[in-house]
Amino acid sequence: MTTTTAPAPVRRGGGVRALYAGNARAILMRSLTATKSSNWAVVLSGFFEPVFYLVAMGYGLGSFVGDLTLPTGETVSYAAFIAPGLLAVSAMNGAVYDSTWNVFFKLHFGKLYQAQLTTSIGPLDVALGEISYALLRGGVYALGFLTVMQVMGLNLAWSAVAAVPAVLLVAFGFASVGMAVTSYLKTFQQMDWVTFVMLPMFLFSATFYPLSVYPEPIQWLIKAMPLWHGVELVRGLTLGVLDPSMYVHVAYYVVMVVVGLTFTTTRLRALFLD
Amino acid sequence: MTPVIAARGLTKTFGDLTAVDGIDFEVPAGESFGLLGPNGAGKSTTMRMVGAVSSRTAGDLRVLGLDPDAHGPEIRSQLGVVPQEDNLDPELKVRENLIVYGRYFGIPKAVCAKRADELLAFAQLEDKARNKVDDLSGGMKRRLTIARALINEPRILMLDEPTTGLDPQARHVLWDRLFRLKERGTTLVLTTHYMDEAEQLCDRLVVVDHGRIMAEGSPSQLIRQYASREVAELRFGSDRNADAAARLEGLAERIEVLPDRVLLYTDDGEALLERVTDLGLHPTTSLVRRSSLEDVFLRLTGRSLIE
Repeated sequence: MTTTTAPAPVRRGGGVRALYAGNARAILMRSLTATKSSNWAVVLSGFFEPVFYLVAMGYGLGSFVGDLTLPTGETVSYAAFIAPGLLAVSAMNGAVYDSTWNVFFKLHFGKLYQAQLTTSIGPLDVALGEISYALLRGGVYALGFLTVMQVMGLNLAWSAVAAVPAVLLVAFGFASVGMAVTSYLKTFQQMDWVTFVMLPMFLFSATFYPLSVYPEPIQWLIKAMPLWHGVELVRGLTLGVLDPSMYVHVAYYVVMVVVGLTFTTTRLRALFLD
Repeated sequence: MTPVIAARGLTKTFGDLTAVDGIDFEVPAGESFGLLGPNGAGKSTTMRMVGAVSSRTAGDLRVLGLDPDAHGPEIRSQLGVVPQEDNLDPELKVRENLIVYGRYFGIPKAVCAKRADELLAFAQLEDKARNKVDDLSGGMKRRLTIARALINEPRILMLDEPTTGLDPQARHVLWDRLFRLKERGTTLVLTTHYMDEAEQLCDRLVVVDHGRIMAEGSPSQLIRQYASREVAELRFGSDRNADAAARLEGLAERIEVLPDRVLLYTDDGEALLERVTDLGLHPTTSLVRRSSLEDVFLRLTGRSLIE
């Protein structure tokens, strides 16, 4: 069967223009407006979660644990050890919450993306815009938490400044993969699996104690998970323990971003621009 | 003048299902064009292809002179779309819904804000500007969706079942608004399974069933062509309709027997009723009315439009 007689230079299958209108900021602006109108209180509460953990675990539990000796031989307080871990976790939680539950709701109930994609917006605009918002939110949390750390004297090195972009990268990775996974899920039951994966990752990724407590096979398993890379990266920066393995951590997240964005864009296009 | 929409042999299949089966139609600028048919006839699928959010399986389609499969974003930027189910943004206030939607088209914020105020007035929602969408009634939500579809000053406004689910009063308010758009020269493309809606709003329409076009013309042309001027509706009681119809044979140009009534197509309904009485038949109720698109549809497909 002939589909068309006229020349069709840019079929939707290959045309970049159908994917991206260069207008992700309209999507970001929509989220900011929604935050202002609807859920600023929820957003604000996200700042306090890691602070509470830091106070309860760092000072409460920390008074029993005492100081830790790092592999470099340096001795640091327990609070200074877990604070960067909590910072990475808050980046993960903020990004994942935004890119899973929020995205799931907009996808299936708000029909937001369906409406957006009947305009000149493309699926990559939607993905980038939504993820930028998650990043912006994560970035604000990170700055706030780093300020708290600074005030408490838990930033032990000048390189702590670089923890802000590091946290943004962690959030970018999690948000991209989170949105990609969510775009394939159809029921609330499937969404529960997200929590099932997140909680153990939070507890076991060397957030609260060094990885060396585990037998070696478990260590490798943890090292394969994304959060460990984030915790190590941020901890190295705030404690001032810099080494080349940080490039591996960064690369891990860059891969997550690329894979996540690719799947999200492909899936949104398949769902709404068949 | 080139038509704003031109479809030739337009086809869409989903696996084994042929939703749209080789349809041809053209819509000139400024016309109000309707797709009339029952649920599942392929109207919404056609709308999605014209709206450049669904690619065609076969055939040729030009919207504003462009191929939607190749120029989706350019076409979408010049369309206003009112989907069958409201998809307003529940996290935004009424006025924000308009402004944010305008921003999706890359329209500057100040322009969006100005148009939003004009459109709120047009949709009679000025008092609700700062309300949440969920506070609106069904009819108000629909009007807001139409206002939203106009924010980019579209060359074509596409409405999929615009008044389905609304109460009669809300429908009339909506028709009034759409009629004003029509008077301003906006090209309207709408689907409906309500005949009265099609008669009110459409300059020209196609009757669609099973993905095919059964007939095409203005509402009055179609009625003239496929029905008589008047219809007499007679009810003899569910068990006796068929028997009575047999005795009425030859009395009218055409007779349709439905489960609950018998329809007699004629040019003079009152005269026909007298002849029915002369035959010694006494229907429990009788009614003479003008033919409508419902009758056209019944004639074309042998089924009623709404079961």
